[in-house]
Amino acid sequence: MSTFILKRLSYTVFVLFGLSILIFVIARVLPGDPARLALGPRAPDWAVENLRQQLHLNEPLYIQYFYWVRDAVSGRLGESLVTRRDVMTDVLEFLPATLELITLSAILVVVLAIPIGMLAGRRANSWFDNVVRVLSYVGVAVPAFVVAIIFLLVFGFMLNIAPSIGRLSPSIVAPPTVTGFLTIDSLISGNMPAFYDAIVHLILPGLALALGPIAQEARITRSSVVENLNKDYILSTVSHGVPERLLTLKYLMRPSLIPTVSVMGLDISSLIANAFLVELIYNWPGISRYGITAMLRKDLNAIVAVVMIAGIIFAIANIVVDLIVAYLDPRIRYVERAA
Amino acid sequence: MKQAVIRKGPDFRKSWHKFSKNYLSAVGLGVVALVAVVAIFAPYIAPYPTHAGFFVDYPEAHESPNWLHIFGTDQFGRDVLTRIMFGFRYSLMMAVVVLSLVVPAGVVLGLVAGYYKGSKVEMVIMRAADIFLAVPPLVLALSICSVLTPSVFNAMMAVSLMWWPWYTRLVYSISSSLRNEAFVQAAEIAGASPFHMIFREILPNCLGPILTKMTLDAGWVILIGASLSFVGLGAQPPTPDLGTMVSDGASFLPEQWWISIFPALTIVLIILGFNLLGDGVRDMFAAESV
Repeated sequence: MSTFILKRLSYTVFVLFGLSILIFVIARVLPGDPARLALGPRAPDWAVENLRQQLHLNEPLYIQYFYWVRDAVSGRLGESLVTRRDVMTDVLEFLPATLELITLSAILVVVLAIPIGMLAGRRANSWFDNVVRVLSYVGVAVPAFVVAIIFLLVFGFMLNIAPSIGRLSPSIVAPPTVTGFLTIDSLISGNMPAFYDAIVHLILPGLALALGPIAQEARITRSSVVENLNKDYILSTVSHGVPERLLTLKYLMRPSLIPTVSVMGLDISSLIANAFLVELIYNWPGISRYGITAMLRKDLNAIVAVVMIAGIIFAIANIVVDLIVAYLDPRIRYVERAA
Repeated sequence: MKQAVIRKGPDFRKSWHKFSKNYLSAVGLGVVALVAVVAIFAPYIAPYPTHAGFFVDYPEAHESPNWLHIFGTDQFGRDVLTRIMFGFRYSLMMAVVVLSLVVPAGVVLGLVAGYYKGSKVEMVIMRAADIFLAVPPLVLALSICSVLTPSVFNAMMAVSLMWWPWYTRLVYSISSSLRNEAFVQAAEIAGASPFHMIFREILPNCLGPILTKMTLDAGWVILIGASLSFVGLGAQPPTPDLGTMVSDGASFLPEQWWISIFPALTIVLIILGFNLLGDGVRDMFAAESV
């Protein structure tokens, strides 16, 4: 198992390294002079030339990349044009909000999709199954930003159930920052009103992000359950008189969840990507909204950093997914051990 | 040389039967056909063709849906239905341009990587594909668009640059296993060139999954294009793009909901149509690959 993790990790490092070259090349080779962009169109030419020297922009590309890696390793990602601070400072400030949002969405996907899919598969072709099938067809097709806007309209404005903007209401005093997750921080400081307020603010964007993956995963779990129900080992378990609940939860669930978990890597990808749109709609002060602002202002240092962070989150999520699949599916573990 | 394996031509009636067994596929085909027809004939069937571009009529602005404007009018007094109809053109153009760039490139790379499995060529192609897939396509497409000047054309190029690895991976997984099938080996023993084996022996057996993926992807490419312009990094006003319309209209929520909600719902309709159609295409090829 440890060689499996080690192999996986080293390949991830390779891929992230490749990604950093790719995004660096995109930021440097495509038209547009970073120094000119940084100083604005009205800056004098000598100032631009000075900055070019300072940023090593006159050196060959691979040397520029070397400088960038050296700085990045020591935690300096360059100055952001949006906030005029080091990008690292911005990342540390905005990243937790996004992580909190994505984590909540991922939890919602697991908690809602698996039971719905299991039940629909167990009661195949019942009215419940049919409702789930129709809803999941539509759910997969509705983009997260459309869900976000419809939720905003219906729950935020018309029914006025949930607040729709930001992470906390202005009247609530934010808890002292420990983890950056407002829910956890408010629990640590025992500030229940803040905890409640943070949860309420998370619900709409969290659900908007999660809806597509929930529909997708419920469908996959359902078909996987139906497929496994026809297998011989289930028949023999039934004929041994194993009670239905035990059958479902112990014998049926584990193999049925393998495809579900395998697809979760793609879900995380869609959560990360859609966060860029949903954070914009709900004015969520996260790294994705920061990234969009950076992109609209051609803030190259910040763009490179945000893309790399998206890649790192995605890579970590994929490793976790692989480990869970290896846990669920003994065949994978044996193959890895034999190799 | 003569072809070693005799292949039947496609049996369209049989395929149609398999396709239409699931009536939802037919619904999908209907939706896609409707969108395509509306897009092509938009200048002739749209109620107010002049409203597609620069057009201002402030007395008529912000009108809720009524008999003259079924989907209402936007902040400049333009008919929302008209702009949606013209928006279909940009959406479909996005899908057609991106897929026609991406599919040939991705498929050829996948075929070559699969054929030369275990070689340096395979390693380079597949590692490159992994790197491009290391970040969600939307994120990298956003950053490419941000470095370039935002426009419909640049959005298409950015999405194309991101999308090829999916086809490379798909085709690679099929072709690397077909490489060891008897009919490919037979062709090799008979002295066929690599070109012949890749394009005449292996490629025809990949067409089903490729076509299925293309149909499903058309919807997702349209979505990513709409997402880019939603953020402001794709089509620029006054281009009637569905994503731009949703984001422009969002600032008039909740009172003037029709400006953003109708374009948003049509995006859903397009994706749903391509998804249902894609399922039908998959059913059509399902039995053949067994």
